[in-house]
Amino acid sequence: MSPSQDPADTFRQEASDLLEGLEQALLDLEGDPGNKDLVNTAFRALHTIKGSGAMFGFDEVAAFAHEFESAFDRVRRGETAATPELIGIALNAQDFLRTQIENPDAASAVIGICILADLRKLTQSAPAALETAAPALKSEEAQKVFSVSLRFKSDVLINGANPLRFIDELRGLGEAEVTPEIAAIPALDALDPLACLMSWRVRLTTRAPRSAIEDVFMFVADDMELTIEDAAQAKPAAAEPTPNQDVAAHEAAADSAKRTPKESATIRVQAERLDSMMDRVGELVIAQARLTQLSAAGASTLGVAEEIERLTSSLRETIMGIRMLPIGSLFGRFRRLVHDLSRDLGKEIDLVTEGEETELDKTMIERLADPLIHVIRNAADHGLEPPQQRREAGKPTLGTIRLVARHAGAEVLISVSDDGRGLDTKRIRAKAEENGLIAPGAPMSESELHQLIFHPGFSTAKEVSALSGRGVGMDVVRRTIEGMRGAIEVLTEPGHGSTLTLRLPLTLAIIEGLLVRVGATHYVIPLTAVEECVELASEVDERSKGRSFLNIRGDLVPFIRLREIFCEPGRPEPHQKVVIVNQNDSRVGFVVDQILGNHQTVIKSLSKLHADAPGFSGATILGDGAVALILDTPHIIAAGQTRERRGATKHLEAA
Amino acid sequence: MKTVLTVDDSSSVRQMVKIALGGAGYGVVEAGDGAAGLAAAKANSVQLVVTDLNMPIMNGLEFIRALRQLAPYRGVPIVFLTTESDESLKRDAKAAGATAWITKPFKQDQLLNVVKKLIG
Repeated sequence: MSPSQDPADTFRQEASDLLEGLEQALLDLEGDPGNKDLVNTAFRALHTIKGSGAMFGFDEVAAFAHEFESAFDRVRRGETAATPELIGIALNAQDFLRTQIENPDAASAVIGICILADLRKLTQSAPAALETAAPALKSEEAQKVFSVSLRFKSDVLINGANPLRFIDELRGLGEAEVTPEIAAIPALDALDPLACLMSWRVRLTTRAPRSAIEDVFMFVADDMELTIEDAAQAKPAAAEPTPNQDVAAHEAAADSAKRTPKESATIRVQAERLDSMMDRVGELVIAQARLTQLSAAGASTLGVAEEIERLTSSLRETIMGIRMLPIGSLFGRFRRLVHDLSRDLGKEIDLVTEGEETELDKTMIERLADPLIHVIRNAADHGLEPPQQRREAGKPTLGTIRLVARHAGAEVLISVSDDGRGLDTKRIRAKAEENGLIAPGAPMSESELHQLIFHPGFSTAKEVSALSGRGVGMDVVRRTIEGMRGAIEVLTEPGHGSTLTLRLPLTLAIIEGLLVRVGATHYVIPLTAVEECVELASEVDERSKGRSFLNIRGDLVPFIRLREIFCEPGRPEPHQKVVIVNQNDSRVGFVVDQILGNHQTVIKSLSKLHADAPGFSGATILGDGAVALILDTPHIIAAGQTRERRGATKHLEAA
Repeated sequence: MKTVLTVDDSSSVRQMVKIALGGAGYGVVEAGDGAAGLAAAKANSVQLVVTDLNMPIMNGLEFIRALRQLAPYRGVPIVFLTTESDESLKRDAKAAGATAWITKPFKQDQLLNVVKKLIG
């Protein structure tokens, strides 16, 4: 954290974490209303927000958090139960706090008042007295003479207080005559140097009120004998109201409302990851120095080149590690979503999450939020049946949505499954035929039909609810996921539920690729898709003019000639190679002229003009400055299949 | 330079202490809980300690008691942060060996005043 960082940003960041913790605690509390730890966690979060908020000028936040806290204090003390109703309102209050902090302009005071009124009604707490800041009465005091006697407990020094400082402070109030009393001090050999045995008498002439003198000793008042006598006048001075701490609060509130929060794009990084990055950079600098030296001497630089390659690669890994965040932070938000969905749909829904620790690139986590919300809404709205139907089907009324993340190679799989009714293939077909998406009676496999749910404007919901059924969700989901070079798979079992799996690459920026050459052009095939590389035997090449299949250890694997797909001119080179890629558990071979090897591919997106070109997901720049296109394997396979079909039809026509 | 140790699980409170006291010429050492505070106290020469009470791992009371067991910290002022609502905590903290308290929420000036009062 840089020291120049705006403290208010620190507060916003911290408050955001605390609110997240608060939300979790509230949601957990719903399932476990008696859990003291959860109540305490919630209370502590509110407490800290209140305290820090006031310090950083978020006075409205502090005031609201204070009221919220007071209500929750009653829960903490066991006077009010954490009912689902109370938790519902508390969640609203939590949202309101978040708005107040992140977007104060949008936080209408009226909403806050309503939420607090609801909270109070439920917790029956007396309307919290909003302490209006009474300005301290500062009437001009006449000069008075006080006789002050101080006698401390003997352990006052050990406890860190220094009597001399108090006396100095008294001196600051006016003219003071100090007389020490040393009668209690024993002989030197019996003296405990840590014990305070002296006492003092002070004759103080001051304009300050008696309370100011008391204030000097406020920290030690319990541990000392303090007498303050009015030496000149018999009439004791009236106790002054202590100056209120929040005098400036109301003035500050006005301009805090105008403050607009800055979009802070900060990321928290484990210190050790930064350290290891620094190590790598250090080594890189050394290697670079060696390179300069060697090239100046005209010596071979091969060794250094390898060293630099190794360092760059590990630096890349470290930096990618820094960008990685556990997906749990995202999952946390969905608990709230499911809670609200459960209430709005009148269905009992339990959200089970697994694999929260699975790490994913930060930018991807952000982009995943919306698609996952759509998918979860769909699962809750369409997937899970109403309680009545569930009972009739012999299922527990409590429906379960499982949200699971896990690593698989260089991919992350995120699946959302429900134990609901499953996809209704018949209805999907009927709907698709009705919409003219497919011809009536067209032969389609189950999985092809399932893919139709991602078609724009497709929805089988009989009624459009506020949540889903408008058919604008799933096609957006697919587009977003494909935009991240991911894929969606649907698995469904009628009556038992369905599972939607999002397959995503670990990061968007750099991938491991296999560099290949066809004719004069280079291409990169994402290494995650590649299973193996084999040589295309010439006899297979010869006889595969019609249908192209390869025998891989007994399995027939179809193959596509990239040369044909890309209309590369010239004759294929001898000894062509086949790269076997795996797509949705089926294998397809790509025939290329040469395999150049692994390539760390920095993905550059294609220009606007070429962005729609099917078959390519991007481009990269090679060491010699040439451009290599990155193959979008699913699209190429689809294109190959179409060609094949057309070819087959031609053959039939010819026959 | 006089050094103050601030022990608080809230990084914004620590930062505020740092700004308030750093600006007035004090050195500030930070720790996120009592255990870390104890380690920081051992590693540094600290003239004053500001600690929160409600913290994870090792709370403020345990921290104050442990700190008072260390010979160099007998006599070092310990200021604890409290809220207006926890009078009993205030008593407990005093009994544990705390010197003074600051009521939360506090402004930077208040903190500075208390620190000046205790160590000048």
